[in-house]
Amino acid sequence: MDRRAAVVKLLAARKGALVVTGLGSPSYDVHAAGDADDNYYLWGAMGGAALTGLGLAQAQPDKRVMVITGDGEMLMAFGSLATIAVAAPRNLDIIVLDNQHFGETGMQTSHTGHGIALHRIAEAAGFAETGECRTLVEVDDLVERLAEAATGPRLFVLKIRAENLPRSLPPRDAVFIKNRFRGHLGLGTC
Amino acid sequence: MTVAETISSGDRPRDLTLDWPLELFDVLKAVGIRQMSYVPDAGHSTLIRLFNADPDIKTNVLTTEEEGVAIATGAWLGGQRSVVLMQSSGVGNCINMLSLPVQTRTPLLMLVTMRGEWAEFNPWQVPMGQATEASLKAIGVTVMRAETGEDLVKIVAQAAVMAFEADQQIAVLIGQRLLGKKKW
Repeated sequence: MDRRAAVVKLLAARKGALVVTGLGSPSYDVHAAGDADDNYYLWGAMGGAALTGLGLAQAQPDKRVMVITGDGEMLMAFGSLATIAVAAPRNLDIIVLDNQHFGETGMQTSHTGHGIALHRIAEAAGFAETGECRTLVEVDDLVERLAEAATGPRLFVLKIRAENLPRSLPPRDAVFIKNRFRGHLGLGTC
Repeated sequence: MTVAETISSGDRPRDLTLDWPLELFDVLKAVGIRQMSYVPDAGHSTLIRLFNADPDIKTNVLTTEEEGVAIATGAWLGGQRSVVLMQSSGVGNCINMLSLPVQTRTPLLMLVTMRGEWAEFNPWQVPMGQATEASLKAIGVTVMRAETGEDLVKIVAQAAVMAFEADQQIAVLIGQRLLGKKKW
């Protein structure tokens, strides 16, 4: 499926959810759908997106946190699936945009392209809900499912086309992004 | 009876050569720590028990130490202060993830128990133990070091000010000589 169309659907229904994005194309996809104060974009720190989401979810238990990242970024954070399952937040959703490749570095095949199913790993770790979407129609169903209250962390894999779309770059200034995000939550910005 | 009461010094005044974890816990609570993440170390065991028993603190056991760096960054984004506990070998696992708080200028407080530097029986602990301070400095983390329980408590108290009120990334190294005085 088309990655940007899928991300647009997820964000159109975010309803106040705080969004954390993994480096590379997921950050571009979320930015392309519309820059927002409650988007926290990573430009690096590979393997850190889901756990940044965990710390945020634990600090803001009344808000839903949605992490949107790629298969390569999530694979580097394999162990975090255990950490998040044990922490068991009820307000953390992880969306893996899975093109089965390392798209930023020359489209080398990733582990998911060799058969590793991240949603099954998450399920085995003890996530409350997991699944895989292969079409935009299935994403519509997912959006409705995500609107329901969760009993624990959720992870869904979206199988997307392997292609490099024109980059839509979020601001590079990491301190600005941090302060803008905290400002949105009414927190001090310095 | 709470964990703190079970392992408290009772009526006698605290002897910081032995009771520093109790004092450290009080200091960290007083500065408003709400999240604690850790890969266990024997030197941190009392502090871990105290945090895990506190209903006001969310604790996360980690599979590898860099996870704690990312959690701490997310916690601050959401308005909470946190602390990450690890031993010196874990610092090596953290290096690239430390670019997250360094680049975003997000407060970070790490407490690192040292191995490989004082009466170390395991030679495999020595390379990372000797590289710990240099590695942290190389990635841009400010390093402080305590050799006595009394110093440790003072250093952590002011490190918390620098981290959370001046947006610094700080690692406090807890010397193995200090830890060696405890029974493991």
